[in-house]
Amino acid sequence: MTPRTLFAKIWDAHVVHRLPLPDGPELLYVDLHLVHEVTSPQAFEGLRLAGRRVRRPELTVATADHNVPTGDRALPITDALAARQVGALAANAREFGIELFDLASPRQGIVHVIGPELGLTQPGMVIVCGDSHTSTHGAFGALAFGIGTSEVEHVLATQCLVVMRPKTMEVRFEGAPASGVTAKDLILALIGRIGTAGATGHVIEYTGEAIRGLSMEGRMTVCNMSIEAGARAGMIAPDDASFAYLAGRPRAPEGERFTRAVARWRRLKSDDGATYDARVTLDAARVGPQVTWGTNPGMVADITARVPDPAGFASAAERQAVERALAYMDLQPGTPLEGLPIDRVFLGSCTNARIEDLRSAARVVRGRRVAAGVRALVVPGSQQVKAQAEAEGLDRVFREAGFEWRNSGCSMCLGMNPDILASGERCAATSNRNFEGRQGRGGRTHLMSPAMAAAAGIAGHLVDIRRWA
Amino acid sequence: MTPFVRHAGRVAALPRVNVDTDQIVPKQFLKRIERTGFAPVLFHDWRYRADGSPDPAFELNQPAAAGASILLAGANFGCGSSREHAVWALREHGLRVVIAESFADIFYANCCQNGLLAVRLVTGEIAELFARHTRAAGRYDVVVDLEAQTVVDDAGFHAAFSIASYHREMLLRGLDEIGRTLLAEGQIAAFERERWNAEGGTAGRASDLAVPRSDFRVPRSGEGDVA
Ligand code: SF4
Repeated sequence: MTPRTLFAKIWDAHVVHRLPLPDGPELLYVDLHLVHEVTSPQAFEGLRLAGRRVRRPELTVATADHNVPTGDRALPITDALAARQVGALAANAREFGIELFDLASPRQGIVHVIGPELGLTQPGMVIVCGDSHTSTHGAFGALAFGIGTSEVEHVLATQCLVVMRPKTMEVRFEGAPASGVTAKDLILALIGRIGTAGATGHVIEYTGEAIRGLSMEGRMTVCNMSIEAGARAGMIAPDDASFAYLAGRPRAPEGERFTRAVARWRRLKSDDGATYDARVTLDAARVGPQVTWGTNPGMVADITARVPDPAGFASAAERQAVERALAYMDLQPGTPLEGLPIDRVFLGSCTNARIEDLRSAARVVRGRRVAAGVRALVVPGSQQVKAQAEAEGLDRVFREAGFEWRNSGCSMCLGMNPDILASGERCAATSNRNFEGRQGRGGRTHLMSPAMAAAAGIAGHLVDIRRWA
Repeated sequence: MTPFVRHAGRVAALPRVNVDTDQIVPKQFLKRIERTGFAPVLFHDWRYRADGSPDPAFELNQPAAAGASILLAGANFGCGSSREHAVWALREHGLRVVIAESFADIFYANCCQNGLLAVRLVTGEIAELFARHTRAAGRYDVVVDLEAQTVVDDAGFHAAFSIASYHREMLLRGLDEIGRTLLAEGQIAAFERERWNAEGGTAGRASDLAVPRSDFRVPRSGEGDVA
């Protein structure tokens, strides 16, 4: 048999039927459909108008995360439109028989944090959600990708999706990252190298020693940002670390079934000699802590670097884009990134708000104080992460240092709720997008790892975590 | 969905690369539960100044761009968030075509679902269109023909574009994709039976990777207290 990639194995196992067209898309079966309040109301409305039902409500799970306030959960949502949207999700879940983890649930959280946490995310699955960071779930060796609202409606109605087979790309991280260099730095370095459209049309499989050495949290961070390189999905073959993470999770198979599942999951890896449409290799040992300086995640550099000069870019379009970005970010070419003063810190998002992320930030913060004039926020990725952190006393560490300690949600990752940057404020953020206005109109976002963001909050400016005493 | 066969219209030019969907519809406007009402906020933070007045410097606010139905933009258009609201806003604003060197995958799929034709042309052709648009001081019209798969103007510009036959069909005939997929109900049901019977991994095409239904605990309503 021809050697196949991990992607091909999962894809082939989910093809219901191939449309009889030359470049024919395929009808792909979906094992798990995650739903949230922002991209689903129009889909449910579409079902109602057409008199259609949800084909497999038991394979569909909903949570409210994007627009929810992160303050006191006992208070009603004050934003009327946000309240209406969260209310619509609850009503739709009830009407169509879908399980919902709502604001009152101790299992509520960012959809890409709770999927794995509940053990819903499992190797070999096809997982979709009306959210581009669905790629996160690929960390478990699932094929997981974001879809639009019309496609959400299509999956609700048919449990299938019509998709063109994407191309494959292997991204190999060789060597071991230096101390202070995290999963976030690896993925930012990749995006810096191949650009925000570098993997468009491709599913990335991450391989190599540095990836094997990552925890599941770290792997999720890497897969999460695949979309920022333009990729359809990112995935990592499952191994003992993945199985250990899943064991005992509420929705993972139990007992004998788990053992059998693991035996199946072990076959989920690319065969020797399998070919990819594209290949990129990076030396993890040469990656330093990364920080973005511009208005997309590809505008990134080592913390020891300086703000680039637009004149140094090859094409006119790039020069123009960099000029625009520097004007928006209020940065002068040649300014060292280290030492850049910041006003805000955001520790959160589906990229970096899992327990390991909070632990690494807390280690930096312990016994210190946030710099004068800096406002710092911790928004755990889920209520379970929050509870775990509190059990470990991390909330006290953050609070004593002057951080605000919140309930879970997307929060200032996209600023749909009241957590936003004021115009001109500069933020050290652990999220995934530094687009213009993403965290608030006129707000300036620098993406980095949790430890780097925490250290920036204490110092009041960007720092090189490798020299943090 | 409104079928798309051939469209003649005014071109609006947005010479920027990596236009992300956060710019097309900023997040503060995603709270609507309808598919409509997004045109007024299209490109909001670029289109309006902080005081709410239109920014005359923004390309789409140029008088010549009024009534434009074809958007010409830089590479990697529609990157970032999966929000279909971006496509709804473009459509509601009166746009029928976006022409760029490349599009982000999810955005492209969303266009096909909403009768917005996303046309990919090569670098040289895009540059030529921008140049002609500039020479015409923004009063520049083209004809986009999906049947012929061409973009032409009345002064000799001619470019052919490719599009997957499935997407072309869908747009030409304004098809309802769900209705079409439901015709395959028999195959979907057979697929499910085969997968779910294959627990233990004996035979069948899906067996070795099947996620048997019995591995899912069917959720009990109100569950969520598994702390
Ligand atoms: S945390 Fe940010 S990126 Fe992740 S799902 Fe929420 S809004 Fe999207």
